[in-house]
Amino acid sequence: MDKRILILAGHYGSGKTNIAVNLAMNLRREGRRVAIADLDIVNPYFRTKDSLAELEEMGIPLISSEYANTNVDLPALPAAMYSVVDDRNSSFVLDIGGDDRGALALGRLAPRILEENSYEMILVANFCRPLTRNPDSLVEVMREMEAACGIPFTAVAHNSNLGEATTPSDVLSAVAKAEEFSRLVGLPIVFHSVRADLYPALKDEIPNLFPLNLQKKYY
Amino acid sequence: MSEKILMKGNEAIAEAAIAAGCRHYFGYPITPQTEVAAYMAKKMPKIGGTFLQAESEIAAINMVYGVSSTGKRVMTSSSSPGISLKGEGLSYLAGADLPALVVNVQRGGPGLGGIQPSQSDYFQATRGAGHGDFHMIVLAPNSVQEMAQLTVKGFELADTYRMTAMILADGTLGQMMEPISLDFDIAPAPAKPWATTGTKMERPHNIVNSLFLKPEELEKHNFLRYDRYRTIEENEVMYEEYMMEDAEICVAAFGIASRVSKNAINEARKQGIKVGMIRPITLWPFPKAPFMKAAEKVKAILSVELSMGQMIEDVKLACECKVPVTLCNRVGGMIPSPDQVLKAICDLQK
Repeated sequence: MDKRILILAGHYGSGKTNIAVNLAMNLRREGRRVAIADLDIVNPYFRTKDSLAELEEMGIPLISSEYANTNVDLPALPAAMYSVVDDRNSSFVLDIGGDDRGALALGRLAPRILEENSYEMILVANFCRPLTRNPDSLVEVMREMEAACGIPFTAVAHNSNLGEATTPSDVLSAVAKAEEFSRLVGLPIVFHSVRADLYPALKDEIPNLFPLNLQKKYY
Repeated sequence: MSEKILMKGNEAIAEAAIAAGCRHYFGYPITPQTEVAAYMAKKMPKIGGTFLQAESEIAAINMVYGVSSTGKRVMTSSSSPGISLKGEGLSYLAGADLPALVVNVQRGGPGLGGIQPSQSDYFQATRGAGHGDFHMIVLAPNSVQEMAQLTVKGFELADTYRMTAMILADGTLGQMMEPISLDFDIAPAPAKPWATTGTKMERPHNIVNSLFLKPEELEKHNFLRYDRYRTIEENEVMYEEYMMEDAEICVAAFGIASRVSKNAINEARKQGIKVGMIRPITLWPFPKAPFMKAAEKVKAILSVELSMGQMIEDVKLACECKVPVTLCNRVGGMIPSPDQVLKAICDLQK
């Protein structure tokens, strides 16, 4: 996690954006210079832009399409995305769209990310979602995304949740699936993440637990 | 209780359709319903079904006509501008008495409008989906769980009455995620002796058609269809009442507007205002009786809509304007806030 570029990718609704925002904020609190880049070209809703005010307040630049969260669903990428590979004095957290077509946007940056070789490509896993309910189906999604963007995953972030209705037992019962998946693909679990209010109940049960503050909703 | 799963409203529709035995989906992408098509594209090939991205919405609805003629459960989905394009096909389905499920995840209009939620296709769904005298059964979910349940119900009603059932959702319901159970009771599809499945030289030809050369015959078909509509109005009305027992003010709201309204009602009750809600679940047939009953005891009805005031006309007709009916709305992709609805309730209390 001390790499310069942290890439968050995973299937729709896995929790990439919330994790990306939290990771960027944590890095900033450690005094690192960090920016967050929203490269989602497949979903016009629920974007990092929802956290724009909080990110700006903390001094975290947000690189995002000017069309995100507007009434226009253009699959546009911001020109400033090249600063991810050009500005090596800054750390970056990248938020990638939720399928192989979303990962395609990352392909543009892949050669230089691979060349510099200071990145983590993190697969966000939510086993409560319909198309990734078990390790096998997640492998399928993972391979499609890797093929599209040209960067192999290096780690797994386990984020099984049922949204606001998540209970500690929902998370606990999914840990075994995450571990099985980790064995299956030979990638380490960098952390298990839970909504911050569930953290106290689970911190002694699950090793390497990461408390997640959810994005504020303004609607 | 079965295991819960976190689903988007659009995904829930697709999953429920598959559970209901739908193996044919035809559509064309449009935000905010594209996840229905994307989900079908992933799943249909794995279960021996057919997903086809048609060259247009018009092509998709006519593919629905074709598959429905063979007696199979079939669906299409779109969002507002795409449903307008399907209008001709919807009329042909009605004219040929074919069952189908059509989903409209509404967005702001008119024209290309925008991709944020709206309820401004109420008139289109309940009155004017296409030319000629016909209705569709219009189902209005207000949660991801209901998106799934009403999809199953929609297929059943469509088959029972040989007509189109429409799920009238909106961008919020399509995009929002909630934990749901996929444990459905699915009734077996009824026999379809009219379907064009080949005679095997054992019966006369079945013909699926909406063209009648003799006006007398066309008139007869229209009369028979409306007899069936009356049966539906008598038997298939669905609605939910919330805190209506002692209500002095009645909120009328469906879909996402009913969820905003519920928050406003809970807040108003804390302030001592006796307010309740009637939430139509079927928009056609419209739940007339509960509004008529409410009009005998409430002093006003507040219609909360994401439109310039469309359902309000049905509310006025249902209660025969016995009490004032006023509108609280936002449009163009905006959603009324609970505070806005609360203020409208407080204004009626004065």
